[in-house]
Amino acid sequence: MDPVTLARIQFGLTAAFHFLYPPVSIGLAWVIVYMGWRSLRTGEAIYDQMTRFWVKVLAMIFAIGVATGITLEFQFGTNWSTYSRFVGDIFGSPLAAEGVFAFFLESGFMGVLILGRNRVSKKFYWFSALMVALGSTLSAFWIIVANSWQQTPTAYQIVGEGALQRAELTNFWAAVFNPSTLPRYLHTVIASIFSGGFFVASTSAWYLLKGRHQEFARRSLTAGLVTAAVFSLLIPGAGHFHAVQVAETQPAKLAAFEGLFETQSGAAMVIWGFPDVENQTIRLNIAIPKLLSFLIDFDPNSTVTGLDQFPRDEWPPIALSFYPYHIMVLLGGWFILLPWLGLLLGEKRFTNQLFLKALLYSLPLPWAALELGWMAAEFGRQPWVVYGLLKTKDAVSVVVPAWQILLTLILFTVVYALLLALLIYLLKREFEHGPEPTVGAGLAPAQGKE
Amino acid sequence: MSHEILQNIWYLLIGVLLTGYAILDGFDLGVGVLSPFVARGDRERRLLLNAIGPFWDGNEVWLLTGGGALFAAFPHVYATVFSGFYLALMLVLFALIVRAVSFEFRSKVESEGWRRAWDWVFFIGSLLPALLTGVAVGNVMRGVPLDAQMEFTGNFLTLLNPFSLLVGLTGLAMFITHGAIYLMVKTNGAVAERAKRRAVSGWTVLVILAGLTTGVAAVDVPARFDNYSRTPIAWAVPILAAIFLAVTRISLRRGEAGRAFLFSALSIAGLMGIFGLANYPYLLPARNAVEYGLTIYNASASQKTLTVMSVIALVGMPLVIAYTAYIYYIFRGKARVEEGGY
Repeated sequence: MDPVTLARIQFGLTAAFHFLYPPVSIGLAWVIVYMGWRSLRTGEAIYDQMTRFWVKVLAMIFAIGVATGITLEFQFGTNWSTYSRFVGDIFGSPLAAEGVFAFFLESGFMGVLILGRNRVSKKFYWFSALMVALGSTLSAFWIIVANSWQQTPTAYQIVGEGALQRAELTNFWAAVFNPSTLPRYLHTVIASIFSGGFFVASTSAWYLLKGRHQEFARRSLTAGLVTAAVFSLLIPGAGHFHAVQVAETQPAKLAAFEGLFETQSGAAMVIWGFPDVENQTIRLNIAIPKLLSFLIDFDPNSTVTGLDQFPRDEWPPIALSFYPYHIMVLLGGWFILLPWLGLLLGEKRFTNQLFLKALLYSLPLPWAALELGWMAAEFGRQPWVVYGLLKTKDAVSVVVPAWQILLTLILFTVVYALLLALLIYLLKREFEHGPEPTVGAGLAPAQGKE
Repeated sequence: MSHEILQNIWYLLIGVLLTGYAILDGFDLGVGVLSPFVARGDRERRLLLNAIGPFWDGNEVWLLTGGGALFAAFPHVYATVFSGFYLALMLVLFALIVRAVSFEFRSKVESEGWRRAWDWVFFIGSLLPALLTGVAVGNVMRGVPLDAQMEFTGNFLTLLNPFSLLVGLTGLAMFITHGAIYLMVKTNGAVAERAKRRAVSGWTVLVILAGLTTGVAAVDVPARFDNYSRTPIAWAVPILAAIFLAVTRISLRRGEAGRAFLFSALSIAGLMGIFGLANYPYLLPARNAVEYGLTIYNASASQKTLTVMSVIALVGMPLVIAYTAYIYYIFRGKARVEEGGY
């Protein structure tokens, strides 16, 4: 295989694997902040027990997120050095800002969360959880700034020639708040917080089905379910805001998402179908007439740009954009339905076997949606690595031979598969072990300062 | 500020970040390398992990931020070094990945085989970065073959030259000594005693290797002495580094662990200073032709980006240093093995 394909597979694999952890860490951290706050306000031991347990779970997920994140920061330079030369003047500063404003914050206070419970006051312990949540949310901001700039490059000028050509920054804030930063950030962070809430609710359902740790599981389930219910409603709003921006700034990508081969007015919205690229049509098409035009312009008869406006070699891969996008949207519907159903059930949600089972078996779905959304965003940008400026095939390291990429790709696959297997094994053990029993009043270990 | 001043400031700041990394992650990598030699049995192993537990992740962020800052301030250096040193960096990367999870995972299962396996992971995961970062520094001092497009033209074996390997071993000795002194500060009894013996022998090896490196440098990379002969005041830095090293040794003999640690940290800063002065203004000299070398002038980001980066550093780093210091303060005193810890 050629180095470009290998480097792309490696980036896709390592980024997709890394992306399993940060969103749920962000969400879980905010749920822990909520539990810690309740603990401070009510003084009830149960909330203490909850933070204790969920911090342990967070620590494991966070550790793999940190470990696999290093790969990405190295990889721009190791596998994509031409890209790095081209974008470094703009792309580098958000990465550095992420280190300065976010990584130090989350890693420093994560240490306090894991090992400092008996060394700090309850208030400071809660503050540490808040700093971890804030740090991880800020980290998402800066990395999404960097990614968004390559989707919708703004505030740059092209300088130099040949292999040493590069984009130079002309306005920092304009580059940071390029057209896709805010929509992408809101969509991603809202989905992240949702996924954290859903994870807590879904795993708590397991305890309720098994009839274990009732009080703990009920409170956790409610905390997670409320979080998931609220944020699930925000996802379509943010997603819509994002799609309108994609239509304006990356019309080829939107056309690929929607399977819109022909430019047309009054474009229909495809709910599901099978794009046939040969014949440029959607087979078994289930669509709502004029909805796409309406959603994009608030005008059912407005014109939406189709793939026919772009040369064939600048089309994104249609299937890889269309399916992930559509499955993500459909999952988004399920993510609203299930948590709200749970809230409507009231107290019965703790005992209704069908609901609890649906919740438990839906455990992997937020991950699927997050991964698919990310895939749609990245495949939809192809064949460009920097939209309209630099093609992916021209962005790789020129000095790294294919066999070295293949070798490291095999190693990544083996090591990552092992890490995932270990994490699942250890999380399963942690859940089977369950929360530590609450200690009765008077027997509570000293929580104050040393 | 003029572009030239900014380029110089960022040469210094990248140096500060990498020095911060060497001092901070230096001690926890050192502890990892020392772990089989100072800790006996599960309890002592856990003591070591808990001694660095709250800090190692934050320490590693100095490397990540250094990498990000290098990408932003000197994109060509980031691109050339990371693609050119491909296999070596990947080795460091895999080591850091498995080491990072070893902290969390080891304590989760109480089986001897499981824990012994993670002990190995932790040891190797600490040894490789501790050795290879020095090898990288050696190559950056010695220079590598580059072409007019700023691309590396050597291969993996180019990097394994005697000088760079010697710098790698010197770095390893430095981290081991530093880690051992850290353990003297954070532990009591038998572990602290053993750590002290390792610190003393580590110090001796470090001094011998540092002398040897200087000797080999005079033959292999004489150009790195040019700045010192042109500006004799620069010799103040090597002299200071030597004094710091000597004070470290004296403090060790007197059993003043805290002072020894301070001067060990200062020695590392001194050694990094020697390297920075020797290389200036080169970030990566070309061994084949002087004019292909990457300098702070031909490899830097634009004036605008360097200005932005300066603001980020100015706003962010004081905050980082303040709360990091506070977290070190929270975990002051001797390390202990307790419920909920590693």
